[in-house]
Amino acid sequence: MLIGNYQETYASDEALFRAPATRAWMGVAAVAAILFPFVAGDYLLYLANLMLVLALGALGLNILIGFTGQISLGHAAFMGVGAYGTAVLASRFGLPFWISIPAGGALATGAGMVVGAPSLRIKGLYLAIATLSAQVIFEWVFTNWTSVTGGIRGLNVAPASIAGFRLDTDERMYFLILSVTVVHFLLASNLRRSRWGRAFVAVRDRDVAAEIVGVNLFRTKILAFMVSSYYAGIAGGLWVYFTKVVTPENFQLSLSIQFLAIVIVGGLGSIKGTVYGTIFMTLVPEMLKAGTGVARAFWPDAQSYLFPLRDVVFGLLIVVFLIFEPHGLAEIWNRIKRFFSLWPFKK
Amino acid sequence: MSEGLVHLLQLLVSGIVTGGIYALVAMGFVVVYKATRVINFATGEFMMLGAFFAWTAMSAVQAPFVVALLAAVAASALLGMATERLVLRPLLGQRPISVIMVTIGLAAIFKGLAQIVWSGDYRSFPAIFPRSPIELGPILIPSRQFYPFLIALGAIVFVGLGFRFTRTGVAMRATADDQMAAFGMGIDIRRVFSLSWSLAAMTAAVAGIVVGIIGGISPQLGAIGLRTFPVVILGGLDSIGGALVGGVIIGVLENLAGGYIDPMLEGTSVKEVVPFVVLVVTLMVRPYGLFGTREVERL
Amino acid sequence: MTGSAGVQSVSRDILSVEGLSLSFGGLAALSLVDLSVREGSITGIIGPNGAGKTSLLNCISGFYRPQAGRVSFDGADVTRVAPDRRAGLGIGRTFQNVALFEGMTVLDNVKLGAHARLGSGIVSTMLFTPGARREELALREQVEHEVFEFLEIEHLRHRTVGSLSYGLQKRVDLARALAMRPRILLLDEPVAGMNEEETEDMARFILDVQEERNVTVVLIEHDMGVVMDLCERIAVLSFGERIALGTPEEIQRDPEVIRAYLGEEAA
Repeated sequence: MLIGNYQETYASDEALFRAPATRAWMGVAAVAAILFPFVAGDYLLYLANLMLVLALGALGLNILIGFTGQISLGHAAFMGVGAYGTAVLASRFGLPFWISIPAGGALATGAGMVVGAPSLRIKGLYLAIATLSAQVIFEWVFTNWTSVTGGIRGLNVAPASIAGFRLDTDERMYFLILSVTVVHFLLASNLRRSRWGRAFVAVRDRDVAAEIVGVNLFRTKILAFMVSSYYAGIAGGLWVYFTKVVTPENFQLSLSIQFLAIVIVGGLGSIKGTVYGTIFMTLVPEMLKAGTGVARAFWPDAQSYLFPLRDVVFGLLIVVFLIFEPHGLAEIWNRIKRFFSLWPFKK
Repeated sequence: MSEGLVHLLQLLVSGIVTGGIYALVAMGFVVVYKATRVINFATGEFMMLGAFFAWTAMSAVQAPFVVALLAAVAASALLGMATERLVLRPLLGQRPISVIMVTIGLAAIFKGLAQIVWSGDYRSFPAIFPRSPIELGPILIPSRQFYPFLIALGAIVFVGLGFRFTRTGVAMRATADDQMAAFGMGIDIRRVFSLSWSLAAMTAAVAGIVVGIIGGISPQLGAIGLRTFPVVILGGLDSIGGALVGGVIIGVLENLAGGYIDPMLEGTSVKEVVPFVVLVVTLMVRPYGLFGTREVERL
Repeated sequence: MTGSAGVQSVSRDILSVEGLSLSFGGLAALSLVDLSVREGSITGIIGPNGAGKTSLLNCISGFYRPQAGRVSFDGADVTRVAPDRRAGLGIGRTFQNVALFEGMTVLDNVKLGAHARLGSGIVSTMLFTPGARREELALREQVEHEVFEFLEIEHLRHRTVGSLSYGLQKRVDLARALAMRPRILLLDEPVAGMNEEETEDMARFILDVQEERNVTVVLIEHDMGVVMDLCERIAVLSFGERIALGTPEEIQRDPEVIRAYLGEEAA
């Protein structure tokens, strides 16, 4: 909440970060992000890389569902398309990462265009089911088109390298992943306050009125699908160089559901919410793992309950958030800020 | 009869048997959608729990099969009612994505709880039915499939008749057609919602038991719930008759694909993916399916 | 340009509707409706509830496809043209239920009105290229001067539309339509639910829009005071048919109109 934010020109009012305080915080965050790998241990670094890639993918889904209101149950499939595209170009054609990742993104964008095509004729729940079918079909292709995808065994990929400099440590990958993710978050922020961002939200809120006022619904929805799957594809490409291997297990329906959970718990339509949601939904299973590890001292069987417990906690989080805080963590954070902005003068 | 014809007939019959089971699951799905416009992603997990309830009754209490089945159905009815009351009702009126996600969350909770309570091991029902396969001329139906099919058929007929001829059934159909009018006639809408979920859970339980007899019981049993979507889209999301027809068609197509296309591919099977291709084609050509009602938009 | 009194340039019909028939299932919403609207004029459409007034506007906007008849705008047949393209041609619209986008601020709602006029592609908006930046700033300036100042709602820019009173929401709805720089404005009950002061303000805005910007206005209204004051010609619909067309004086005296509103006894 911005208090005492006084702009003097339209140009400054249109800027991305309008208050000096916000700009200051961004600066602090940037410094912290850059110093992070030098102070964090291996495990934290691994987690950070994982979360950055997930956040990037989830942001794409948020653009489709949160901004544009189109339900997609197949986001993992797009990430898979990007990942496999990147992996094939890298392992079979030896292309460097700065070609193979964008190419994977482009491939995913194409897939998004195909999957979004039904939005010309169907909407809402029917479109959601269409995306679910896309997920199932793509999963089948990943597993069975063995000549291209390597089937169940998948593909292995050499570490990214540029001019002989190999990005083969988590630290080096961190900077690549961080920069790509941050850039794409900025792009999404630009999108939000631009002509197309407005069109997306208009389609979400009142598509009939939007059309009468001049928004071409089909074009807007297809663009939303394409941007969304582009983000997933880039995330997939980064993933490939991060883990150096790609298998069909990585991009199943469960991942699509995980993305959905991130976006909902974080806050639909909120860019910051995507970050909160990713961190939350990644840390909670990690804490559970630590918890069962500790419980093992008293209760030898504890570890076997880890997976089902994760499922239960995951499901509970979703249900609880949807019932009690449908606008997610972003809204909770806004409420905290509002409270403190007036404290101690709260009425 | 020629071998080719026998092969075809065998596939058709297997398809109808499978289809009958799909139809039963789809019916529960359609019941909930018709009454409440909710897409229940936890259908598979309701099936799984129903199967586990029955298994527990048989193995822990040595109950005979019929008693176990009825007990499982009763327990599932309660579960369905509780779900509607605690989880779905607070979300009344919220946007579709929220409702979909809540049923997905529910599915995860059920699956996890099942694994905690019963562990991930495979269970099977004790041998309940005669072992010998049923012979229809040259066609063979394994007993493991035939008797469950009969159970499914029985359940479908039972539910179908209930809908047509009982007051509750009429109330549910009225609510599905026009909530406002039904409300105006004095029908308690909330009770109808609650009953719809109970009914869905009950049919899912029977379907789960049926699937459990055929393939064993585990927390993963719910995965078959996904197969419901091609069936209900083909049949029409709000058509019970459509669920039956759709179930049979999908079952048959699946088997035909498996019988004729799979042998042409080495090592892969198209059986799992064919229903979803059918789904996509249906959505493009005739989104409301064979028997669904068109939704009209007003400004 | 049309002057206020006396001298008139060659005025033509900017909008014409011929033999328009629309039905839903078996129910006829419009039957063989004709209407021609002179450029720069203010035309009213009145009639009892359910007469088909909004359906007529929806056919002109393109939301409904009539079963029979033609809609012509600016000389071209637009009967088969999609709604968003019609907006691009300059057909602006406000809505009976306001239909603002609740997830956006007032400023964004209004800017969205200009969507069809803008040209930036999605990539350039995401990258915020200099071209996109220029277009966005120009849009902001335009919207501020032409719409916010005009409708006196500058102070509402960053408010979410959900927090506004109904009367202000209707003004934002009009603002959104104006952002399009429309040639013709279709207003669906622009003063419904407003108090006297708000109604006078809105009437004044409508007159200013017509006079200063030569925008043709077609409005549906139940407030007879507004209709009789503003409109040069009024069409009366009842049960989907046009039962009268004329000046305010003629309409007030027309027995068919009186019968439609008040029933048999009054006529």
